[in-house]
Amino acid sequence: MLEFISQSPIVAALIGLGGMALVFGGALGFAAVKFKLEGDPLVAQIDALLPQTQCGQCGYPGCKPYAQAISEGDAINKCPPGGQATINALANLLAVPAPALNAEHGVEKSVKTVAYIREDECIGCTKCIQACPVDAILGAAKLMHTVIADECTGCDLCVEPCPVDCIDMLPVPTPLADWRWPIPAPPRQLRQSSSLIATDRPVGTTSP
Amino acid sequence: MTTPSPATRSPSTSDVLIPARQVAAQQLWPIPGGVHPPANKQQALGESICTPPLPELLVVPLQQHIGNPATPVVEVGDVVAKGQLIAAPDGALSVGVHAPASGTITALGDYPVPHPSGLSGPCIVLSPDGDERWTERRPIANYAHATPAELLAVIRGAGIAGLGGAGFPSAVKLGSQLPIDTLIINAAECEPYITADDILMRERAADIVLGIQILAHILGQPAQVVIGIEDDKPEAYEILVAACADTTIRLVAFPAKYPSGGEKQLIQLLTGREVPSDQIPAEIGVLCHNVATIYSVARAVVHGEPQISRITTVTGEGCTQPRNYEVLIGTPIRHLLALSGFTASSSERVIMGGPMMGFVLSSLDAPVIKTTNCLLAPSVAEMPPLPPAQACIRCGLCAEACPASLLPQQLLWYSQAGNHARLQAHNLFDCIECGACSYVCPSHIPLVQYYRASKGEIRAKEKERIAADLARQRFAQHQQRMARLQEQREIKRAARRSELAGAIDSHTTTATVSGQPAEDLIQAAARRAAQKQASPAQQLAALERRLVAAQHLRDTAHEKWLAGTVDHLPTAQLDGLRAALEEAELRLQGAHNKLEALRSGQKERPRSHSDNSPDNDGQESP
Repeated sequence: MLEFISQSPIVAALIGLGGMALVFGGALGFAAVKFKLEGDPLVAQIDALLPQTQCGQCGYPGCKPYAQAISEGDAINKCPPGGQATINALANLLAVPAPALNAEHGVEKSVKTVAYIREDECIGCTKCIQACPVDAILGAAKLMHTVIADECTGCDLCVEPCPVDCIDMLPVPTPLADWRWPIPAPPRQLRQSSSLIATDRPVGTTSP
Repeated sequence: MTTPSPATRSPSTSDVLIPARQVAAQQLWPIPGGVHPPANKQQALGESICTPPLPELLVVPLQQHIGNPATPVVEVGDVVAKGQLIAAPDGALSVGVHAPASGTITALGDYPVPHPSGLSGPCIVLSPDGDERWTERRPIANYAHATPAELLAVIRGAGIAGLGGAGFPSAVKLGSQLPIDTLIINAAECEPYITADDILMRERAADIVLGIQILAHILGQPAQVVIGIEDDKPEAYEILVAACADTTIRLVAFPAKYPSGGEKQLIQLLTGREVPSDQIPAEIGVLCHNVATIYSVARAVVHGEPQISRITTVTGEGCTQPRNYEVLIGTPIRHLLALSGFTASSSERVIMGGPMMGFVLSSLDAPVIKTTNCLLAPSVAEMPPLPPAQACIRCGLCAEACPASLLPQQLLWYSQAGNHARLQAHNLFDCIECGACSYVCPSHIPLVQYYRASKGEIRAKEKERIAADLARQRFAQHQQRMARLQEQREIKRAARRSELAGAIDSHTTTATVSGQPAEDLIQAAARRAAQKQASPAQQLAALERRLVAAQHLRDTAHEKWLAGTVDHLPTAQLDGLRAALEEAELRLQGAHNKLEALRSGQKERPRSHSDNSPDNDGQESP
C-alpha cells in the first residue's frame, strides 16, 4: 500500500480523491432522498411574511396562492393590507429592490378594521358567511349572523355581498394594555452642532 | 428621563445607617451592577402617616393590576357600603375592586387614569356620603385554624394586588403549586424619595409580622422566611427586630444600592439563587412579596378589610409639606397634592412612582391606584429636564451599571435599527427597566425608553403573528371544506348524469318499441325546466332590484370620490376610489343593459333566481 503510494503518487491521489468523491456523492444523494422537504420552502417563507387577511386584493384567492405566485416570479407589491412593511420584508427575503405598493390593487389602510354586523338589520341570507375566507361569521339561513371579532381579518369581502348593507367595517379599538412607549426621537445629529469641540457642552447640561 | 442632578445630592441620608457589624453579620451574595442615586428620603419622613379627608368624588379604575380588567357589578345610582365589591375579577389573572367608601355610584365610564400614555380608562365613579358605613366583614380570628385554600380565597376576595409597583394578583402568586422553600419579604424600597414602606414598617410592624406568619402558613411553613431591608432604614430595622423577636423570621440588612429591591435582584442578594430567564421565582423555590402587600393580607384576614387604601408618599420640592398618606384608592391625585401644599407653579410635572422608574402624569385628575407608591412633584432645579441626547461614546458605564448583566449599548443599536431578532438574542426581555443605564449615561441617551418601546413593538408583532397564524389555519380549513363540498357535488352530479343516461338508454330502447323518438323526451324535459324558471314578471322585478342596488353602489362610490377630491387625499388613494367608482358604473351599465334587453322582449335570459338563493349546506362556521 505505502509502497504503491510512494511509487506512483499521482495515481494514488487520483484513486483516493475519486474514492472520496464517490463516498460523499453517495452520502449526499442518500440525504437528498431521505430528508427531502415536502413542498416549496420558499412559498412557506413568503406566506409567513404575508398578513394573512385572505382579502384577495392581489388578484389571487388568498395569501397562500399569492405566495405561490411570488415564488414563480409575480410582483411583490400587490398586497395593500401588508403595505410597505410587507413589501420591504419580501424584498429582503428575495433579495430584490422594494417597489412602492401598486395602487391598482388598493391602498394601505391606516387603521386595522373588523367587520361588524348590525344584527337587527340582518336578514339571515348567509351570503357573507359564504364570502368569508376564514369562517369568522357565525349564523344559519334566516337566522341572525354575527362576526367573531377575534377571527376577523378585516378583508372587506363580506361587505359587498350583503343585500341589505348591514355590515360595517369598524376600526379595532386599542385597549390601554396594548399601548406602547414611542421610540425616542433620534439623537441630535453631530452635523448640527459642528461648532462643538470635545470639551464643550451645550448650555444647561450637567453631568451625572 | 427623570434623572436627579448631582446638585440635589443630599448628605442627610447617608449618615444614618444600620451599624456595619449587623450588616456584616449576615451572609449576602453580590449582585451585578447598580447605582447610588441620592436617596432624598428624609423629606417625607418628618411626620407620621396621615389620613386625608374624604374627597368629593372617588374615581376607581377597573385596571389597577396586571391581568384582565375587572368587570363592574354595580349600576349607576346604586348605593354601596364601604368595602363592598363593585367590580368582580374577570378570569383567574385578575383582581376585584371594592368601594373605598360608602356612597352612591354616580358614573361608569372612561376617565383619566394614571398611565404613561395619558389615555383614559374604564372607571367607576363613587360619590362618598361620609357615613363610613362598612359592608359585612368576615374576619378570621385565628388564621392557624384556617386552611391555606380558605386563606387564599380571602386574599382573592379582598382584591389584593402586589403593592410594590407591578400590581401582580397576590392570590395567583401565592396559589402556584410549585414547592416553595424560601419566603422573602421585600422591604428594600431602594428607589429614591419613596418612603411608604419605611413608614409602614415603623408604625405598623405588628400587622406586618402577622401578615408574614399568615403567608408562611399558606405556604406550609417554608424552610426560611427572610425580610430584606436596606441599611438606610435603621428605625424600621430596630422596630422590626423587636416585632420579630419571638418568631423564626430572619431580618437581613444590606448596603443600600439601587435596584437591590428588584424582585430578582433581592432573591439573588439574599439566597444566591438566580432566577433563570423567562422563569418566575417560584420555579427556584422562592416567593417574594412586598411589605405593603403583606400588610394588606393581614388587614384582609384579621379584619376582613379588602384592599381599599394604601400608603402613598407625596414628596418633592414642589410640595411644601411632603409626607406619607394612608389614602383611599380612587382619591384624585390633585386632592392629595393640594393637602401637601403643591401649586401648579411650584413644579412643572408630577411623577407617579420614583425618579428612576416613574412616569410623568399627564392629568392630575387621575386617581391614586393600588400601584401608586409615590407622587413626586420635583422643582425644576431639583430635577432639570433631560438635556438633548448626544451620540453614544461606547464608554461602557451602562453595561457596568446593568443589574441584569445585559449589554445596553448593543440593545440601543438594535433598538434604533428595529432589529427585533438581535434584541431578543441579547435578552431584551430580561431588562427590568430600572433606569440605571440611563442614569449613568454621560450622553444622556434615554436608554430605557428605547428598550420599553422595542419591547412594545416586539409584543405587538408577536400578537400580530399569532393572529396571522390563526387566520392562515382557518383559511386552510375553509379551503379544505370547500374542496370537499365541491367533490361531493361532483360525485352527485356524476351519479345523476349516469342515471339520466341510463334512463335515456332504456327509454330509447323502449321508444323504438312504442314509436316515440328520443328527441320528444328531451323537449319535454326542456319544457319542464322552463316551467321551473321564474315568470317574466319575476325576472323583471329581480332585474329592477339589481338596477337599484347598482345605482346605490355607484352613488356611494361617487360620493366617496368627491369627498376624496375635496379632502385632497393622496393620489394613490384617489386612484383607488376612482377605480371603485368605475367598477360601480360598469355594474350599473350591465344591469341597465340586461333590463333593457328583457323589456324589449329579446330572448336574453337573466340569471335564474335559483342561482341567487342561499345555498346552505355546510355553510355554518365550524
